[in-house]
Amino acid sequence: MLKIENLHVRVAGREILRGLSLEVNAGEVHAIMGPNGAGKSTLGNVLAGRDGYEVTKGSVTYDGRNLLELDPEQRAGEGVFLAFQYPVEIPGVNNTYFLRTALNAQRKYRGEPELDSMQFLKLVREKLKVMQISDELLHRAVNEGFSGGEKKRNEIFQMALLEPKLAILDETDSGLDIDALKQVAEGVNALRSPERAFIVVTHYQRLLDYIVPDFVHVLADGRIVESGDKTLALKLEEHGYAWVAERSPVAEARA
Amino acid sequence: MSSPFVQAMVDAAALARLPGSGIAWLDAARRESLVAFAAAGLPPPRGVEAWRYTSLRPLEQRRFALGDAHAAARAVDAAAWALPGVDGPRMVFVNGAFRADLSALDALPAGLTLLPLSRALAEDAEPLRFFLSRMYRARGDAFASLNSALAADGAVLRVAPGARVAAPVHLVFVGAPAEAELAWHARCLIELGEGAELELVEHHAAAGAAPHFGNLLADYVLRERARLGLAVLQDGAAAATLFRRAELRLDAAATATLHALELGGALVRHEVHASLDGDGARFDTRGVFAVRGRQHVDTRLHVEHRGRDTAGDALWRGIADERARGVFQGTIVVARGADGADARLGNKNLLLSPQAEIDTKPVLEIHADEVKASHGATVGQLDERSLFYLRSRGVPLAAARSLLTYAFCRAALDSLPNAPLAEHLGACLLARLPIRSEETPP
Repeated sequence: MLKIENLHVRVAGREILRGLSLEVNAGEVHAIMGPNGAGKSTLGNVLAGRDGYEVTKGSVTYDGRNLLELDPEQRAGEGVFLAFQYPVEIPGVNNTYFLRTALNAQRKYRGEPELDSMQFLKLVREKLKVMQISDELLHRAVNEGFSGGEKKRNEIFQMALLEPKLAILDETDSGLDIDALKQVAEGVNALRSPERAFIVVTHYQRLLDYIVPDFVHVLADGRIVESGDKTLALKLEEHGYAWVAERSPVAEARA
Repeated sequence: MSSPFVQAMVDAAALARLPGSGIAWLDAARRESLVAFAAAGLPPPRGVEAWRYTSLRPLEQRRFALGDAHAAARAVDAAAWALPGVDGPRMVFVNGAFRADLSALDALPAGLTLLPLSRALAEDAEPLRFFLSRMYRARGDAFASLNSALAADGAVLRVAPGARVAAPVHLVFVGAPAEAELAWHARCLIELGEGAELELVEHHAAAGAAPHFGNLLADYVLRERARLGLAVLQDGAAAATLFRRAELRLDAAATATLHALELGGALVRHEVHASLDGDGARFDTRGVFAVRGRQHVDTRLHVEHRGRDTAGDALWRGIADERARGVFQGTIVVARGADGADARLGNKNLLLSPQAEIDTKPVLEIHADEVKASHGATVGQLDERSLFYLRSRGVPLAAARSLLTYAFCRAALDSLPNAPLAEHLGACLLARLPIRSEETPP
């Protein structure tokens, strides 16, 4: 589904990703772990198409297409979803209106009929149950005045509604207490399917107790320096990121 | 040497047959106003602060014919002024001329007097003397002087003390295509007696491409405890030139609320002067201007707090796209002795294109003690983070821009109590927003 090869990305003149390669197939859950400043958020942003991320080398192929030449909205239409580390507050834009606009824009992009407000509300009610979100949040402006946990749950709720093929969760666990973390994880697990892939970016192993990954990668110094199964996350938790640096002379030399 | 604009107006005045002519004080006032206008001409490019951001040089070269001889025969579709939530008495002016056939003045609610200025002058001019004799002598008052000299009609509206007029009164000014470029001058006098209540809608509409010059001068008097809700929808013809000036005077505990949406016109000036004379008077204003193409829309708000414990909250939003220019000048004066005033002024603006320009100038002049006053003004662009967020959810760039722009303005219109009208104004605004694709050059 997704093939990243030797990706180099500059942000504000600084090279953040330095030869990252990663292959993700449908149905898989990949966890990307790493210390602060390793380039974890850069990966999510560059996949979603944010401005200001300059790809200087390498390629990203998604479903056989060059993902990097698509606009953010086209990527969304193709099924790429980024759950933001810091969801943006948009005063004056009603959450429900926003979600319907987004869903219908994606459906239009794919040549599917748009949903009318009745069909849309029916869908929303179904998804609300899964996410345990109060429908009061739907009547407010997008993320405005939401608590940290509400914002993150709203991201997962959007994901449930938009049903992406590739979901990238950028530190969705940060700032969440254990109950909110469980809720978010349940929402994600409910969406796991053989057709859908996840890239779960996180600093802590804790989230992976609830979203059990198929693969764990350690991102350090802009590259993946170690890959393994879920036990790798436990080793990291035990030994810390310094342990990876010790095992990876290249990363150490650059650090 | 006078400019073509001024000369054409003066020439036309000599031939004009204005209602009420022969009334000595009115003739004198008109004559004197014309002399003042002719002597001063249009405000010069420099030196008059009130006109600092709006050049009248192109206007100065234009000649307009005075009045529309065929106004009574112009076909105008009622769709031009239909507004949801506005179904009360209606007065329609086409190219400045009153059209009884298009108006709805039958069965006025109890306590409401509403008639054209021309008829009011024919019936009993004396009660209008105070307003129509006023001389505008400040530099920059050219259009008020011109209006005083040449106003051929308008609305005279009175609400009796204690009367509550529930259904909104609709004053419609329609520009209709004509054989020449026309000038019209309309004068409105609106008086709310003690404890009277009125909802009023001032509506500028277009019935086709009409590059006319419109000049509206309106006086509002609110006696003690009167309440006025005023909504202004300016959706005039794209080529129209429109100068409007409202003068409000509020007695003790009177309350006025203005909601304004400025969309149309090529060159537009909207002045609102309010004097909070009585203790506890309150004047809140909410407004949005949205301009594009080469539109120039200038809003000037001037509020003077004179009584004690007066209040005023002004919240304005401006957006300019393409090569348009928006101007907002907001001045709040708290006079000596106006203790306890609570005055707020906020103006935020959004530039949607690198060639667009918005000038905002908030001014506070405080001459009293124990005053709460604040002002703030910003000019910025759409937030890149918000744009990316919307796009990452699949909303195309152009739609994302419109959505954010609309959201930016909503705070100023949402508080209009007439919900169907508020929704309609929102829809008018949304319909105007730039839906531009990446391919279109800015």
